[in-house]
Amino acid sequence: MSRLDRRFAALKAAGRTGLIPFVTAGDPSPEHAVTLMHALVDAGADVIELGVPFSDPMADGPVIQHASERAIAKGVGLAAVLGWVAAFRERDEDTPVVLMGYLNPVEIHGYQRFASEAIAAGVDGVLLVDCPLEEAAVLAPLRAAGLQQILLAAPTTAPARMAELCKAAEGFLYYVSFAGITGAGRLSTQDIAARVADIRAHAKAPVAVGFGVKDAQSAKAIAGFADAVVIGSALVERLDGATTAQDISERVEHFLGPIRKALDTPSSSS
Amino acid sequence: MPTIQDYQSWPDAHGRFGDFGGQYVAETLMAPLAELTEAYLRLREDPDFLAELDRDLTHYVGRPSPIYHAEHLSRHVGGARILLKREDLNHTGAHKINNTIGQALVAKRMGKPRIIAETGAGQHGVASATVAARFGLKCVVYMGAVDIERQKINVYRMKLLGAEVVPVTSGSKTLKDALNEAMRDWVTNVADTFYIIGTVAGPHPYPMMVRDFNAIVGREARSQMLAQYGRLPDVLTACVGGGSNAIGLFHAFLNDSDVRIVGAEAAGEGIATGHHAASLAAGRPGVLHGNRTYVLCDDNGQITETHSVSAGLDYPGVGPEHAFLKDAGRAQYVGVTDDEALEAFHLLARTEGILAALESSHAVAQAMKIARELPKDGIVLCNLSGRGDKDVHTIAAREGVQV
Repeated sequence: MSRLDRRFAALKAAGRTGLIPFVTAGDPSPEHAVTLMHALVDAGADVIELGVPFSDPMADGPVIQHASERAIAKGVGLAAVLGWVAAFRERDEDTPVVLMGYLNPVEIHGYQRFASEAIAAGVDGVLLVDCPLEEAAVLAPLRAAGLQQILLAAPTTAPARMAELCKAAEGFLYYVSFAGITGAGRLSTQDIAARVADIRAHAKAPVAVGFGVKDAQSAKAIAGFADAVVIGSALVERLDGATTAQDISERVEHFLGPIRKALDTPSSSS
Repeated sequence: MPTIQDYQSWPDAHGRFGDFGGQYVAETLMAPLAELTEAYLRLREDPDFLAELDRDLTHYVGRPSPIYHAEHLSRHVGGARILLKREDLNHTGAHKINNTIGQALVAKRMGKPRIIAETGAGQHGVASATVAARFGLKCVVYMGAVDIERQKINVYRMKLLGAEVVPVTSGSKTLKDALNEAMRDWVTNVADTFYIIGTVAGPHPYPMMVRDFNAIVGREARSQMLAQYGRLPDVLTACVGGGSNAIGLFHAFLNDSDVRIVGAEAAGEGIATGHHAASLAAGRPGVLHGNRTYVLCDDNGQITETHSVSAGLDYPGVGPEHAFLKDAGRAQYVGVTDDEALEAFHLLARTEGILAALESSHAVAQAMKIARELPKDGIVLCNLSGRGDKDVHTIAAREGVQV
């Protein structure tokens, strides 16, 4: 059983909703990248999504694009990100780490080379935003090495295609809660609830919901019907400008703490 | 299934040209792309649609455009005859309108009242704003802040045509960033919005659709050659940024194996300096803007900033069909520097009375190089993809002239 599968099984057994924070690797500070990962776990993260900076993040909003630009300006690349995961694993054997990013850095690094280095570092899954199921043949070496491919599903995904995604899902299926870029603010909870219920009934893997979640209240609204909640832009925005390890850890705790608490408080309606 | 021998049969059903092309996009775009692919595949066979397109190409764009024997330029060069396919004579002054007319008609048939576009030199933006006005569509154009500065006249033209021009300040503030931003708009507003991509890049079906709409250039040129010269040219050349005018000229000739095909990329200050935009001549296969193609990037896979005197060639990727033609050995792609393009610009202006766009001047420079190596009865057909009025300020500034 993979680290992701174990983690989701444990969440299910405990009746808890998973918390999956996203941070851009190397932002706000490459020196404290590993500290940040541990801080996320300390604040209640069940899975870490670590963004691999890319110069042209077509599916991301300005917050994550700017975080990527800042990290790239400091020289952050795939090799550094893998190094941080390996360093993180020295103290944390249990928290699954998913690398989220775009295909070109992996393609240029080499699929085979990336697969073996990522496994060696302790990476559990990859979410390559611009690699839909149709193009996933290029990722065969990653799957062969044991990296789970996290797939996206969207409100615009047609029913037949959704069935395909549910069948192919591994690790978790990431449902983007509105048809748009990351970090924009449109969220109709009822719409999402209905779609996610349907997906959960059919998907081989747990369903995480993200895009547009920004505080305890919006996270809580989703917790009632998803296996996990993903929080990205709002956290990245909150971390911008932090320079010391202490500042980073405090901001993480201050932001994620209430969300974790809200997710763990039984709601009156569910 | 397409075969490598039949170059005109690509892409395959997945939008792939051999190893290149495809749909490397986020899940949110898969449904809009499927909707567009389905609509376009239906329309390209629809006689009503094709007749409407043909009417506008004739009466609005002013097609066919002539092929013109540049005798004085040819004599000056002292080699083969140089013929120019005069796409600069189209309405709005470039080949870009062939595509925007086509896509605006698709948008209209799909019931989308709002069109968006990205633009580099501003030519595609102007062509999009033009057809939006023509068909009563709302138009938003994304343009890099650096390009807005370089192409003020075109920005004003777009505004005169009723379009909204949105400056893009992320990344390198040029064409690739405008494309990112337009893609985001599309993802967010797909219900009522049609995205008119201006070149043969992006995810399937764009490389195919944009090529189809520009392929009229080569079809016309091929029959004009046969009618006026009784034979095909020895060599074709065109400038390649994203590559829409080039594929437009090349496509009809791809299976004419005796016709040599040469694409001229922007070598900027020279490929060795690193300040260039020659993705095919100096890049490597990668994934950018929805397709696998040749890209300019560093060893971390980060797309690198490009340089060219011409904004329209200043792009770190290239259409996937060109990547395919390069690897198949059917076409050759070479670099032309800023200085060579400017020299060709001046020479064409003085010998033929034609102000070529800086983009097209790269093709003219390449045509001159090829003509020099061929006998006098040889023919080089060069796509003069646009007129240079938009560039006079850039050229004056570069040469220290106060206008």
